Amino acid sequence: MEEGKDILTIQHQGVKILDTFAEAFTVTGARLIVTAESPGWADIAGRTATGYASSVIGCDAEAGIEKVLSSEETPDGRPGVSLLFFAFSRDSLQKALVNRVGQSILTCPTTSVFNGLAIDPGQAISLGGALRFFGDGYQTSKVVDKTRYWRIPVMDGEFLCEDKIGTVKGVAGGNILIQGETQELALEAASRAVESARQVPGVILPFPGGVVRSGSKVGSKYKKLKASTNYEYCPTLRGATNSLLEPGVSAVYEIVIDGLSLEAVTQASKAALNAACIRGVLAIGAGNYGGKLGPHHIYLRNLVDNSNS
Amino acid sequence: MIVLRLKNHSGIPLEADCVTPDLFQGKSLSEVGALEVLDGNRKAPLGEFFEISGEASDGRIQIQGDCSRVKWIGSGMTFGEVHVDGNAGMHSGSAMKGGKLEIHGNSSDWLGAEMRGGVIHVRGNTGHLCGAAYRGGSKGMRGGTILIEGNAGNETAAMMRRGLVGIRGNVGDFAGMGMIAGTLVVGGEVGIRTGAEMKRGTLVFLNHLPKLLPTFRYSCDYRPGFLQLYFSRLKSLGFPIPGSDSQIVWKRYCGDLLTLGLGEILVPAKAN
Repeated sequence: MEEGKDILTIQHQGVKILDTFAEAFTVTGARLIVTAESPGWADIAGRTATGYASSVIGCDAEAGIEKVLSSEETPDGRPGVSLLFFAFSRDSLQKALVNRVGQSILTCPTTSVFNGLAIDPGQAISLGGALRFFGDGYQTSKVVDKTRYWRIPVMDGEFLCEDKIGTVKGVAGGNILIQGETQELALEAASRAVESARQVPGVILPFPGGVVRSGSKVGSKYKKLKASTNYEYCPTLRGATNSLLEPGVSAVYEIVIDGLSLEAVTQASKAALNAACIRGVLAIGAGNYGGKLGPHHIYLRNLVDNSNS
Repeated sequence: MIVLRLKNHSGIPLEADCVTPDLFQGKSLSEVGALEVLDGNRKAPLGEFFEISGEASDGRIQIQGDCSRVKWIGSGMTFGEVHVDGNAGMHSGSAMKGGKLEIHGNSSDWLGAEMRGGVIHVRGNTGHLCGAAYRGGSKGMRGGTILIEGNAGNETAAMMRRGLVGIRGNVGDFAGMGMIAGTLVVGGEVGIRTGAEMKRGTLVFLNHLPKLLPTFRYSCDYRPGFLQLYFSRLKSLGFPIPGSDSQIVWKRYCGDLLTLGLGEILVPAKAN
């Protein structure tokens, strides 16, 4: 370890790893399996349903595509995608899911929706049971091996949707901040981090392409704003304000990770951090609130893969 | 596992509704043998008709011999397994709520009548009114699965309310009559007046479109996604449906329009 700007650092593959932690929060998560007649339509349904779901600061949920599924991996033998959704409470998650599935998957040609988590009756939320009313009395249900599915008549046949969706206590807000010598190099590192983190099951990276350029702090000089730009990481404000950027840094990208468990988020953070350690990355840190808000603290020093050092 | 071996029997129907894991559990062999059956109209102990061996703690019963005159085997059972190495008589598995009843021969009428859960698998044929409601009853089977490797008789799944019935072979007349909901899958030929007065529910005929009642109407050709869930379920139960892939186009007929008309008959488009 060496003394950094004002906190300890670790050198890892030539990149300074700041001795700090990501502060993550407990959220309610759900997994939907969406299938369609072709991988293309499954992808369209998945992307549409998880659109505008980057941060609960301004969206009803945080969501993303967890995995592309082959026809052998889905309940109805068709190609599909696995989607993860996170919100602060089960009620808000149910509202978001009903709206998103109702507007973006029910409407999408050939799609069906299945639950992707174990059902605990006390923790499950109603999805098909809420959407069935669109059938206007012509909806029917089928119970297969104790699981109920709703069949809602639509113009290309039927929309099939599982009645209940299981939920778990997940973790949102895992993150790393990649400080690069140039914008290009920082983005290259961020892209590698995203690719690596997405290999970990049970996580999503809800921001565009998995990368955030507008890191935020809580509050603003404007009373109506809940969050505003994190000026300490803005290169253009260096010299004008207090800066947390390492010398020579021209761009910072944040990787935000949500997952079905702390273990999944930690593993994805580890994969992201180690993949981001490339030439041109000067430092990697993480965002937190001093440990006062989120119960989960993911220390970067525990993420360093020493086998590659 | 407890083993019941049928002794020579007069041929008078034997009503043995005590042959369930529920009633055998926690009993010694002598206590099992003392359970009451009806030999015609005469009350008698089970041990008078069966040699009994083994022990009952694991909830499994094996019955050996031709039990085609032994009624009510596994009736009302809630757990465990009953294996019949031969034929079984009327009412086998009726009102069953859980567990598994496996019959390696043929079964007679009222198999799984008004059952609510569990799985019945018959390797041979079954009689009439499989999964149906008893006379005067308003609902047939309300859950569970019945699988028949051979043929089934008339009024199969009549008044069925929920659950799944799979018939590998042919079914007789009035299949799905008065059906309230549930699913009947038939691999062979189908008799007349299929689905008469069905309100809801699904009749899947894999290879044969029977002559439909005039109160059924063609809806469309399409690929119903839910069928794959049933085919997967059947495969997991050791009852695979050949050629049941998600790309098959099915013809849908709705009816019975004399009632709600929300029932359906599905037949592969190529079967016509």
